[in-house]
Amino acid sequence: MAGVTLASRYSIQEVIGVGGMGSVYRARDMHFPNVTKLVAVKEMINSAPDPLVRQTIVQNFEREANLLATLNHASIPRINDYFSLDSRSYLVLDFIKGKDMEAIISDTNGFLPEEQVLGWAVELCDVLEYLHRHKPDPIIFRDMKPSNVMINSNGDVVLVDFGIAKTFQTGIKGTMIGTEGYSPPEQYRGEATPSADIYALGATIHHALTRRDPRLEPPFSFAERPLRRINTSVSSELETVVNRALEYNPESRFSSAADMKQALLGVAKKTGALGRLKTQTTPIAQAGGIKPLWAFKCEDEVRGTPTIHQGVLYIGSYDNNLYALNAADGKFQWKYPADGGIVSRPALYDGNIYFGSEDKRLHVVSARSGKVVWTYYTEGPIRSSPRIAEGHAFIGSDDGYLHAVNLNSGRVSWRFEAADAVRSTPFVMNDLVYIGCETGDYYAVDYRGELKWRFHAKRAITSSTVGSASTLYFTSVDGTLYALDPKNGWPLWRFRLGKASISTPCIIDDLVFVGAADGFIYAVDTRNSKEVWRYRTEHQVNGSPVIYKDSLYCGSVDGNLYCLEYRTGRLRWKFGTQGAITGSPLVYDDIVYVGSTDHQVYALLA
Amino acid sequence: MLKNFFDGLFGKKTPPEKTQDVTQTAPLTEEQIQTIVNNQNPHFDLQQLLASCGQSVGKQRELNEDSLLALTATMAGNSGNLPFGLYIVADGMGGHQFGEVASNAAIRAVAGHILKKFHPYLFQVKTDTMDESFQEIMLEAVRDAQRIIQREAPGSGTTLTAALVIGQQVTVAHVGDSRAYFVFPDGRIEPITRDHSLVKRLEELGHITPEEAVNYPHRNVLYRALGQGELLDPDIFTIAFPQPGYLMICSDGLWGVVAEQDIVRSVVEAPSLQRACQNLVSAANAAGGPDNISVVLAQLIG
Repeated sequence: MAGVTLASRYSIQEVIGVGGMGSVYRARDMHFPNVTKLVAVKEMINSAPDPLVRQTIVQNFEREANLLATLNHASIPRINDYFSLDSRSYLVLDFIKGKDMEAIISDTNGFLPEEQVLGWAVELCDVLEYLHRHKPDPIIFRDMKPSNVMINSNGDVVLVDFGIAKTFQTGIKGTMIGTEGYSPPEQYRGEATPSADIYALGATIHHALTRRDPRLEPPFSFAERPLRRINTSVSSELETVVNRALEYNPESRFSSAADMKQALLGVAKKTGALGRLKTQTTPIAQAGGIKPLWAFKCEDEVRGTPTIHQGVLYIGSYDNNLYALNAADGKFQWKYPADGGIVSRPALYDGNIYFGSEDKRLHVVSARSGKVVWTYYTEGPIRSSPRIAEGHAFIGSDDGYLHAVNLNSGRVSWRFEAADAVRSTPFVMNDLVYIGCETGDYYAVDYRGELKWRFHAKRAITSSTVGSASTLYFTSVDGTLYALDPKNGWPLWRFRLGKASISTPCIIDDLVFVGAADGFIYAVDTRNSKEVWRYRTEHQVNGSPVIYKDSLYCGSVDGNLYCLEYRTGRLRWKFGTQGAITGSPLVYDDIVYVGSTDHQVYALLA
Repeated sequence: MLKNFFDGLFGKKTPPEKTQDVTQTAPLTEEQIQTIVNNQNPHFDLQQLLASCGQSVGKQRELNEDSLLALTATMAGNSGNLPFGLYIVADGMGGHQFGEVASNAAIRAVAGHILKKFHPYLFQVKTDTMDESFQEIMLEAVRDAQRIIQREAPGSGTTLTAALVIGQQVTVAHVGDSRAYFVFPDGRIEPITRDHSLVKRLEELGHITPEEAVNYPHRNVLYRALGQGELLDPDIFTIAFPQPGYLMICSDGLWGVVAEQDIVRSVVEAPSLQRACQNLVSAANAAGGPDNISVVLAQLIG
């Protein structure tokens, strides 16, 4: 369109907005050849095939033009002209240099300052009051929302889009007017009153201060996410005003926009007089007081995850030893030396402990004595943990194979060749073994070692799989949490994490939890793949979260073990170690066990 | 696999007598279906998806603003069996604004988008991994439909409840107040969608009681519909197909008129899915037929 001149007068320069029915252009009015007078040309393409539909559209368009022509207010754009060409109609309005509030909200990192939003809100009250006092009939804007509020180059608000759908047509089903999310309950019933605009203004302020888009939340749910719970810097005075504007019953809201303006000015006075006095982030129960029940020091880093059996804790270390410790007091029982570091989580079966080591071997030692029973050689370091099923230990190796080792003979029954190193732990369900490898290939292999199906992620799958009867979950270095159908590998959903992940998910109820290198612990709904909450730690989260009772436990490379309420993601406490935590905690009998790269294994009260 | 199949059909010791039954057939014969249904065993290897549907303008409307789509594909063979089904009900917002245009555009757009996406994997033996998930494909399909409705019939709107069945996974996309249910042979009925209606929301918030909801004057007002609003946020989720059980999708011309327990009875007691759908439509009409009626029933057996 650029370069086109409409009605021999408006020379189109560029598209400045795209709506459902056409675009908005910036154009130069050529009737003023000596000065550059810019206008906004709002185009509406009438592409409806049905003639009745077409006619309705034109009527609505003319209604908007006629309405605007009667208005005169600094916060309402003036209309200069309107015309139709073929199946297109055009409104010519003042060009407003600036940005709409929705764009401002999304382009701002963090929250907008309260003063700024307050200033806009006061001006919006002014223009609403003007519209509501219009004679002979009040004008209800009916579509107050951030994207309909422009902030011009002076920082003042301008209401735009006195659009088409502003009149009520009562139908048998679904009179839907206004923008869902911002509209009050009565507007859905077809009632339009000044009070509805006040509610929508409250919703607009709420959105601006919380960054939570109400269109993505259930209607009328503002009370469930109070301003100050999301944005602690908002004053309680402003929260009170917004809450009143958002009252469910119209009678409980401000009786006019002018009243609301007075209340907002009151807030400005109070908070302004005291300067920028802001509440600090509420300190949450700090775990400064948390003391470990016991700690045990290995000779090198502990990067793996422990296993517990009959009161004994088994954990590997990069000092090459597997340790057996008394779970109650941390007393040393025995250690078994491998020839390489141990990150593999020990598995217990029939009195023996199975684990891999960077010395390329799968080691089997007696749980009681720590004496070797047998070992099995692969051709690469082992970072995977063994999974015991069907008389076999399944384990991956950096040699690029999934090994199925017979528990009785200690000999391999079969090897399945993956495309690259297998560092994830095999997951066994419904007679299939699931495994990911470092190229991002993912395999379902049956008990004979034959491939049933294959999936491919864009980057390595180092994370192990967890699964329910109908879904497998794992993450990839491509920054995605995957949910696949266990029968055929079709992707049910994908959830984007902020960064790569090697963390193994954990599931409970309808939630799946996982960490990522962006430092967040995520909770995602397993049914609709929506984020329920996320919690920020100070560094990468590589280990797997675990759930115990109503808490989630997870370590971070920032050195802390976090305990969160798993339903809300709220911090209960954290415990700092002197090194990174890369393994997963283990919770048993109200005690959390976790290893750290500070060489220690800790036991804490859950 | 084949052995299990016949064990399931005839019991372990009985040698197969009727030779025509020895052949593995798809679709299954009526007799085979009955046998499988009777010995419902969730681990049975051979799965088959069955579906039927019914529609009526009702007794008080002149125009049918509902649209319905039911598509079932059976692909069976030695290398496995993958049931594929797509079931959609859309109820155009009536009385004004071309609801029938919207509901029709919705089912065509959604089905068209989904089939285009799956075509290479289902029919061209593509071995690559699908690079979009079921939920992403559903979301795109709904967004596509939204654009088309806003272009072809601006101002109009429609509900949309679509279920994509692949294997035993049901992925649902839902906007508005048509409903998807799971119906179980033991008499339970469970709505799996949540109405985007004013009355349901008020009920959820505790502003009105379920009893008040039944007679609430604005029962038909939706807060979310396809074609309305620029930022559409459909409910999209994936769950396992009930086995044993049925998936039912219907417009409010059925669920708003026939009591849930009568719906269950019609479904469970009918000799076939086709008959069940007929019975449901008749029941809604017998209750006055105040609105258009659409229903789809699907069952995954084996």
